[in-house]
Amino acid sequence: MAELFTLPVLLGIFYSGIRLATPYLYAAIGETFAQRSGVLNLGVDGIMLMGAYTGFYIAMKTENLLLGLLGAAAAGFLMGLLMAVVSVSLQAEQGISGIGLNLFGLGLSTLLFKVTLGGVESIRGFQPIRIPLLGQIPYLGDIFFNHNLLVYGAFLLVPIANFILNKTTFGLKVRAVGQNPQAADTLGVNVTLIRYTTVCLGGILAGIAGASLSLALINLFQENMTSGMGFIAVALVYFGGWRPWGVLGGALLFSFVNALQLWVQVKGINIPSDIAVMMPYILTIIALTFSGRRARQPQALTKPFERGEN
Amino acid sequence: MKKIVVRIALLVALVSLLLSACAQPAAPTQPAQEEKPFRVAVVMPSTITDLAFSQSFFEALKKVQEEEGGPSKFEIAYSEGMFNVPDAAAAIRDYASQGYDLVIAHGSQYGTSLSQIAPDFPETAFAWGTSLDTFQAQGINNVYAYQAESQEGGYVLGTIAALMSKTGVLGVCGPVNAGDAKLFVDGFVAGAKNAKPDIQVNVTFTGSFSDVSLMASAAETHIAAGADMLTGSSQSVVGAIGVAKDKGAYWFGTQWEQTPVGPETVVATQVFDWTIVIRDMVKSVRAGVLGGKAYTLTFKNGGLKLVYNDKVPVPDDIKAKAQETIDGIMNGTIDPLSGPKQ
Repeated sequence: MAELFTLPVLLGIFYSGIRLATPYLYAAIGETFAQRSGVLNLGVDGIMLMGAYTGFYIAMKTENLLLGLLGAAAAGFLMGLLMAVVSVSLQAEQGISGIGLNLFGLGLSTLLFKVTLGGVESIRGFQPIRIPLLGQIPYLGDIFFNHNLLVYGAFLLVPIANFILNKTTFGLKVRAVGQNPQAADTLGVNVTLIRYTTVCLGGILAGIAGASLSLALINLFQENMTSGMGFIAVALVYFGGWRPWGVLGGALLFSFVNALQLWVQVKGINIPSDIAVMMPYILTIIALTFSGRRARQPQALTKPFERGEN
Repeated sequence: MKKIVVRIALLVALVSLLLSACAQPAAPTQPAQEEKPFRVAVVMPSTITDLAFSQSFFEALKKVQEEEGGPSKFEIAYSEGMFNVPDAAAAIRDYASQGYDLVIAHGSQYGTSLSQIAPDFPETAFAWGTSLDTFQAQGINNVYAYQAESQEGGYVLGTIAALMSKTGVLGVCGPVNAGDAKLFVDGFVAGAKNAKPDIQVNVTFTGSFSDVSLMASAAETHIAAGADMLTGSSQSVVGAIGVAKDKGAYWFGTQWEQTPVGPETVVATQVFDWTIVIRDMVKSVRAGVLGGKAYTLTFKNGGLKLVYNDKVPVPDDIKAKAQETIDGIMNGTIDPLSGPKQ
């Protein structure tokens, strides 16, 4: 085990851990907004795929990464809007409609990929930007301040989301709608509008999460390239107790352990690879059981709102 | 009441929108046929453009189709993206009941399902791989099996990688430690160690054939650990090739040519050519033999090919050594899982 605790290995674990956490952060912070307003969106994975595809396709055709990113956000917005129409206006069962949305995103992104691209191609994605001064700090500069734009964005999103949820009127309304929509409604809060906003915002962020894969971390699109990351993101929201900082903690824990297990294998430590691959999941489950009591689930989560009921 | 009307209207609008978005161009109609064509159906885990396992087989099918005189003489039906085994099993059963002459389950994960389906359709020929088990021991006589001896190409690529490496470290990005991937990885490690005994070969598995993201992280980890030559197997390696390209490492491919992802990154590839297997199966089925034979792809029978990428220069002495290794494997003096025989 000693060979794991050398400087290059630790640097490597932190560096890859931060990169791995990026898509989870976007998707899980977006999902936090939706869930705090009372909507469970299980379609995150499908939205990520649509974002990844749209972003990649536009970036490839226009050779402009920012346009691609914008396209991914737009695709995410449309998917979020679809989820909002189905789950908020039509009041469909949220769990089922989310799974439906996920399958829709998986199918549509695969179809579009085949019709428009046909095969796997790669592009030159967002390149690392070394932040002046901070990037010069030995070791820490390499780990924290030499990443691409989307990685910085994901980590900046955490305090911003925390501020919006806890310190703004909008955030107060979101929390009120998720806790007790009837009471919020009598106080003049437009429950439907708030839920539409959060679900669409969640969609946009999930779209960007997908783009962070196809435009910054892997720089290509392949069908089903998220392979279930969206569901991990939903789990991270529960893990983080519906708080952005908690989500950050969960995303980092999961990603660091994932980076660690790869190093365990590279260093030839004698653990079967199947066990190594399981490590992040096992640790997440253990952490979940201990964090369960602190979790503050929004009271109205998964409950559609009907004015005048109750 | 008004609410219900609004809801129905919204639903109708939504469904029509989705339907129009999903509308696909109509499938081309089959030309009128005089004689009955040979009909093949194949069920594949990934897509026919995966640059790996599924594409290698589909391209071979298309080649045989051309030889046979086109779609009117040789009909191909396929279902791709069947990572989910129960779905694949349903598709296999469907094709069999539609009267296809040969139904192929292209994935070792489909074996158990196939052994349950095949006895229900004794008039239909089935095939599956990669495996060497035709289920004859279970009394089933209408199943062919096929396997690529991936360790052969793995051994050769390992030899080239070890000789080309400047850091003395190689990285192997494996998917699941089983089947074709295991053969390839074991061959690669054996080849590298025999070419250069002091070479360090680090091996990782992601536990998935499709997790592109984790595969990319695996490649990153290998490069951070000093590897300058990487290899790997399955359709998820595109993520790893992307990383290799970004960081200036080289890649050795298997199953199908992966140069489109890294035109200046992929050094050489072991390409599977399944045409010999398909040709022989078609011939046997026409002669009334519906199964019972296991095929292998080897360098010797031409099923495995080593393909260099012109854009990445490989020194002539290393190419010569690679050819010598292939010859050794073909004439049996080298065992691709352990090394030269004494």
